[in-house]
Amino acid sequence: MAASVAAGGGAVTRLLLGAAGGLRLRPARGFRTAGVFQAEDESCTAEPVGDIVNVVFIDRSGRRIPVQGHVGEDVLRLAQRHNIELEGACEASLACSTCHVYVSQELVDKLPVPDEREEDMLDLAPQLQENSRLGCQIILTKELEGAEFTLPKITRNFYVDGHVPKPH
Amino acid sequence: MGSSCVCWKWRSPLRRLAGFSRLLSTAALAPQICVVGSGPAGFYTAQHLLKHHRLARVDIYEKLPVPFGLVRFGVAPDHPEVKNVINTFTQTAHSDRCSYYGNVTIGKDVTVKELQQAYHAVVLSYGAEDNRILGIPGENLSGVYSARAFVGWYNGLPENRDLKPDLSSETAVVLGQGNVALDVARVLLSPLDILRKTDITEGSLAAIACSKVKRVWLVGRRGPLQVAFTIKELREMINLPDTRPLLAPADFTGLGDVIKDVPRPRKRLTELMVKSALEKPGEKEAGRWASATKEWGLKFRRSPLEVLSAADGKQARGIRIAVTRLEGSGESARAVPTGEVEELECGLILSSIGYRSLPLDSAIPFDPKLGIIPNSLGRVQGEPGLYCSGWVKRGPTGVIITTMNDSFDTAQSVLEDLQTGVLNLSSSKEGFKSVRSILHSRGVHPVTFSDWEKIDAAEVARGKLAGKPREKIVDPQEMLQLINH
Repeated sequence: MAASVAAGGGAVTRLLLGAAGGLRLRPARGFRTAGVFQAEDESCTAEPVGDIVNVVFIDRSGRRIPVQGHVGEDVLRLAQRHNIELEGACEASLACSTCHVYVSQELVDKLPVPDEREEDMLDLAPQLQENSRLGCQIILTKELEGAEFTLPKITRNFYVDGHVPKPH
Repeated sequence: MGSSCVCWKWRSPLRRLAGFSRLLSTAALAPQICVVGSGPAGFYTAQHLLKHHRLARVDIYEKLPVPFGLVRFGVAPDHPEVKNVINTFTQTAHSDRCSYYGNVTIGKDVTVKELQQAYHAVVLSYGAEDNRILGIPGENLSGVYSARAFVGWYNGLPENRDLKPDLSSETAVVLGQGNVALDVARVLLSPLDILRKTDITEGSLAAIACSKVKRVWLVGRRGPLQVAFTIKELREMINLPDTRPLLAPADFTGLGDVIKDVPRPRKRLTELMVKSALEKPGEKEAGRWASATKEWGLKFRRSPLEVLSAADGKQARGIRIAVTRLEGSGESARAVPTGEVEELECGLILSSIGYRSLPLDSAIPFDPKLGIIPNSLGRVQGEPGLYCSGWVKRGPTGVIITTMNDSFDTAQSVLEDLQTGVLNLSSSKEGFKSVRSILHSRGVHPVTFSDWEKIDAAEVARGKLAGKPREKIVDPQEMLQLINH
């Protein structure tokens, strides 16, 4: 819905400007894997390129959602492509903390050190933890295969739409 | 519902069943919800309701013709990325189960009780349109303004367009040390080359171009460990071209030790202040500070007592302030007068001590002391079917994520009440259909979202001519004329 459709407006911007606001070219790839770009979010205008990276989102109700991303894609866009409720109010400009996620402990230190501007915005994220990062700043690499990204609980209860969470 | 089946013609049983259940699902079970206020709280509440209920209809009412509240009128002109959230809100407004109705003042054009008759649930998200007052002599002298009005002035809020702030003195004092205080200081001191490329209004840009203000003091009652601004905004101020920071080393000596165990945000913020105040600047920075033509500084432990007037008795010429000391520590430290008093010379005083909500409608509970609608998890106390989100629910502090989380939380309360039957859907409600006739009978013409898009297009087109993202229209009559109202 709104969160995933908003990615459409931001998607082109992110392609051109990259996560930190600077010009960033997508790495050219010699081949594409056979992973299919899911077009369920019709507002995304560009197909992600790059090798498949399998990760898991744990949404705010505790539901585990395995997804396939691509090397070079950022986690905010990946979430929105799969209709996972991760907001990106400022559209990856390091001007908000709505895409705050927790990164699985064993992999959080494999990520590049956050930019000072990301740290500044993380300071304002509720329920900040040692393994907190902004989703728009996490760029998928092969090293993140199997990573889990947990969305912080932001409301009291999530089950009103009838979903029954599986224990994890 | 049962009686209407009797007059149906014979159809194949399957089709009749499908038609019957369609009638049930759309007519009886589609909740009609309205939200009062089209700022972040209103839009995020609507977004969450629409996403988590397949049938709910959400109508968003706004007193101005144009939507988005503080995103349009509060966020500083030189912070355009913060306004990107408008794209998310626009998607919500475009949902076929959502409608926007601007130019409708709830409490005047239609009452909350009338909304409750038309909708199953009413969410009050109308924010904080007023400000706290100093309550000191001289507060009404010329040259004294609330920061809220000043921000409204440069951001094109219609009610502040004629503020005509006096920018003829060299020194301005901002009372308060939050992000709004930093915003107004930054707008007063920013190089014009930066401001002229933003969506700051033409009129205020012209006034700032003639401004004599060269020095801005941000004055707080408490100490460096209690500043309310955040690190991104402080960094921006420290790096502002053609300005130098005035931070008294005595205010920061020894602070490094005190903050060893405080939470990370406070620690990093204090470390930045300490570094800027005590460390020798790098060569480039030192050069910039030496050649700067403007300056800004923080004064701590000073509480305003009286605005002093010039000889004519009408114009502010300075402010008398009490020196305080702190009792207690950390976020809950209290400022206590020492008896010592000082005077600061200045011709412009901006009080930035907090926004404040007002009661919308005498029938709605309101706590004047806290400035909020009494509620529990967004459910207004004693008023089934009435909810609140955003600043009018929690108080006027926080950034976009705070309001977003809060709005989702209120939406959860509404969704729970729909599911458990606290909100009774068996009584069908007419929604905008009945509000439309009320408004029509009172001569009020709502502005639709596509009307707003015409105004938006006109502002963007005018802005393009001036090299700005938009040139805001500040006269509501002009807005209405543009859309032929």
